[in-house]
Amino acid sequence: MIRSFDKRWRRARMGALAIGAALALFFCQMLLAQADDANISIDNFAFAPAVLTVKPGATVTFENHDDIPHLVVAVDGKYRSKALDTNDKFSIAFDKPGEYAYFCGLHPHMKGKIIVAP
Amino acid sequence: MAQDENKGIDRRHALECMIWAGTGVLWTLAGGVPKSALLGSAQAAETGFSFLQISDSHVGFDKPANPNALGTLQEAIGKIVAMPAKPAFMIHTGDITHLSKPKQFDDADQVIGQARLDVHYVPGEHDIIDETQGKAYLDRYGKNAKGAGWYAFDQAGVHFIGLVNVVDLKAGGMGNLGADQLAWLADDLKGKSASTPIVVFAHIPLWTIAPEWGWGTEDSAQALALLARFGSVTVLNGHIHQLMQKVEGNVTFHTARSTAFPQPAPGTAPAPGPMLVPAGDLRGLLGVRSVTFQQGVKDLAVTDISLAP
Repeated sequence: MIRSFDKRWRRARMGALAIGAALALFFCQMLLAQADDANISIDNFAFAPAVLTVKPGATVTFENHDDIPHLVVAVDGKYRSKALDTNDKFSIAFDKPGEYAYFCGLHPHMKGKIIVAP
Repeated sequence: MAQDENKGIDRRHALECMIWAGTGVLWTLAGGVPKSALLGSAQAAETGFSFLQISDSHVGFDKPANPNALGTLQEAIGKIVAMPAKPAFMIHTGDITHLSKPKQFDDADQVIGQARLDVHYVPGEHDIIDETQGKAYLDRYGKNAKGAGWYAFDQAGVHFIGLVNVVDLKAGGMGNLGADQLAWLADDLKGKSASTPIVVFAHIPLWTIAPEWGWGTEDSAQALALLARFGSVTVLNGHIHQLMQKVEGNVTFHTARSTAFPQPAPGTAPAPGPMLVPAGDLRGLLGVRSVTFQQGVKDLAVTDISLAP
């Protein structure tokens, strides 16, 4: 009776440990991903930084600080933000390594590049 | 030869200064020689007609450079209503609204409608940023237009062409007309006599003013080549919110003031954009334009009227 209880207890404890470890790993990954996320600021008709390097899986957020709307468009046509008015944001995740050029759809002399590298 | 060129520069410079200095002065450019006279609004109407240009009203803009862009548009329309001679019609060279919102278009229509004039529009980049990328504009203003909103019409022997150079912009580039529109333009001009006076209007300047700020049109040279055989070509643009002009052969280029806010002159600021000026100076930098065509006179007379009282 006592033995069997002890065995069950040990099994449960191991199970809890395993779940705990999994959870820890999960939160770790989330923290890592968050640390890799990055921002691009739009000020005075320019993207800053104009060239940004992030890890795969990172989310990049554009924020417009100008009094004029801007619009983020991928050169390869894969994405296009809505018009970003003052203080509006636009986020996009980059999963695959590579170089992603973009520009402002309203003021195409404004250009930038996101480099995704492990 | 060199002396003549110098004189030309001086003349042009003087002309530029005069335009900045005052309103109510009528400038006529005949055979490349500018002449000025005090504006007598009635006399021109007998042998030709006049029309108005307004631009960059940015309805919905409420930032510090002008917290009430609808209010200054109202003042501009007030100037037009008060004109002693009724113009034949009005053109709007784009950026009617700030963000292409239905309410902004509605407000613009309501105020501009008070002028009781036919209005011929071309879109600015701010007019085609609705979810459907320009459908809102075309539904409202593009009934008789082709493609993204280009068209032509005639008034008393003058051929008017409204072009669209704000769609399908390419990374690193400036304004863009595109192959379809250029083909349409070639077709539209085919068979027209070289003596037909031509007025071309579009939002972004059709001459390169500041490539680093995108103030120009990538393929404008192709449009200008099609216009080269005509004896009188007047190009009217907006977008840069300030007066500039240039004469190149038979082509005279003019950019108009905004009714909403000024922008810096190229080279005087790190970037374009709304320029904050002392409140008392704002209206002197906003305005409308009257253009008069006189039969037998090669160049159209352009008069810029500021909103200053």
